[in-house]
Amino acid sequence: MNSYLESNARERLALLFGPDNFAEWLPPAARFVSPHLAQLDAPTAFDDGVVIGHGVLDGHAIFAAAQEGGFMGGAVGEVHGAKLVGLLRRAIVERPHAVLLLLETGGVRLHEANAGLIAVSEVMRALLDVRAAGIPVVVLVGGSNGCFGGMGIVARCADAIVMSEQGRLAMSGPEVIETASGVEEFDSRDRALVWRTTGGKHRYLLGDCDRLVDDSIAAFRTAALELVAAAYEKTIPLTLAALESEQHMLQNRIDRFGTQTEPMEIWRQLGIADPKAIAMLEADDFMALVATSNARSH
Amino acid sequence: MDWQTLATQLFPQGHQITASASFLSGTATVGDTTVAVIGTTDHTPIGVEIALAQARAVLATVRDFPQRPILILVDTQGQRLRHRDEMLGINSYMAHLGKCIALARQKGHRIIGLVYDQALSGGFITSGLMADDCYALPGTTIRVMGLPAMARITKVPEERLVELAKDNPVFAPGPENYVRMGGLQALWQGDLSVRLIEALAAADPLDRRSTLGLERGGRKMARPVSDAVAS
Repeated sequence: MNSYLESNARERLALLFGPDNFAEWLPPAARFVSPHLAQLDAPTAFDDGVVIGHGVLDGHAIFAAAQEGGFMGGAVGEVHGAKLVGLLRRAIVERPHAVLLLLETGGVRLHEANAGLIAVSEVMRALLDVRAAGIPVVVLVGGSNGCFGGMGIVARCADAIVMSEQGRLAMSGPEVIETASGVEEFDSRDRALVWRTTGGKHRYLLGDCDRLVDDSIAAFRTAALELVAAAYEKTIPLTLAALESEQHMLQNRIDRFGTQTEPMEIWRQLGIADPKAIAMLEADDFMALVATSNARSH
Repeated sequence: MDWQTLATQLFPQGHQITASASFLSGTATVGDTTVAVIGTTDHTPIGVEIALAQARAVLATVRDFPQRPILILVDTQGQRLRHRDEMLGINSYMAHLGKCIALARQKGHRIIGLVYDQALSGGFITSGLMADDCYALPGTTIRVMGLPAMARITKVPEERLVELAKDNPVFAPGPENYVRMGGLQALWQGDLSVRLIEALAAADPLDRRSTLGLERGGRKMARPVSDAVAS
């Protein structure tokens, strides 16, 4: 079993698509590097920390991108963001069956903060343009850096999200909150609390992630393809009805859980009889328990 | 500038904008057009409630007033930095707001963003930056984070960042730099009501920001790189 967590971006794509079945656009040999990092004596990468390209899965043409958490935590700079935008623009022209985004990122790259912020905004709009064209976008989150900042917002603009329990999805990182609001607000060294607050199982129970899988690339592939198929059963472009329904779901979440401080209390309210046991469950057992308890938020 | 003064200058024909717990909403008259106004004030942090309140107002406009132009007034210190908001999935609330604005655009609403005081990182990305075109008043504060915090995280000495920021728009806070990088269409000077009419006439649903960044020299690689992939 190949671990998603322990693979780097290129390995994930190679294992997801099979050997020699993924062709990269703007590969490292093309030398598209950040124009901003050198003046800060920061290291550069010939791919600026993101791999983009296309391959075939299950007989379908699929476009994909994978952020490299090993380079500046997967953070989005000008070139990195432009590669993602280019992939999404090309998808509208060539119409692949789906776009998969393997996100692992702290968000905007502070070394080029203003360019990164605009770039994340451009990625968000380009992703929604792809959906408007009727092409589903599915996000995979299972890397050690999680998916944070503006890219945590981008992820929730996609049709669906697959996570492993090691994956984390949020906006501000625990360290940022601790620095701004104090250790009483969020103790970033309390790993169990960080996991309960941002981890895949919590996101699945809340309804912000569509599938929780074991840390295996094969499991991510199966779930992603099922979610692509499921997306075609629904309306891929944004609709007023779908967003009104999301409005209702998000309001309901505040009404039910807005005064809670502990994620396990939310799980209990959702119908999980023994929240402490959740941490130890394998993905399949967790999914089965949630299904039998009818505990997932809608 | 406080929002009441701003509204008076933007809408000499009158407006019905109200503030409720730092959330601004209402309508105003521009020529013979009614404009929906949605936004925030008091530099408020964007938590789950106010993100959802803005989204509700956008959806109500799309549902009940097809094609009505939307003006988004931006004044925020950024996303709310609380454990509770993260636990509830604040990224989903922000994404929902962004999607509601995108839906409005797809349904033919013209959308203008205006930064009239502060626009910081996560509070900006799903408000003004989701508009067709975003503008700012001179002297406003726009940034991801301040240079001292940036120095801590990037481990680059603050003096070095201050020096580089003098002529490099990529680090320096400030609306002029966002104009150079194409993130803002322009700064509004003079008669704001005229600027708004001009902006509504020029609004374009196509994302032109990387082209502007290239033309203005503030972001020279974004457009060529995305073109190299896409065409």
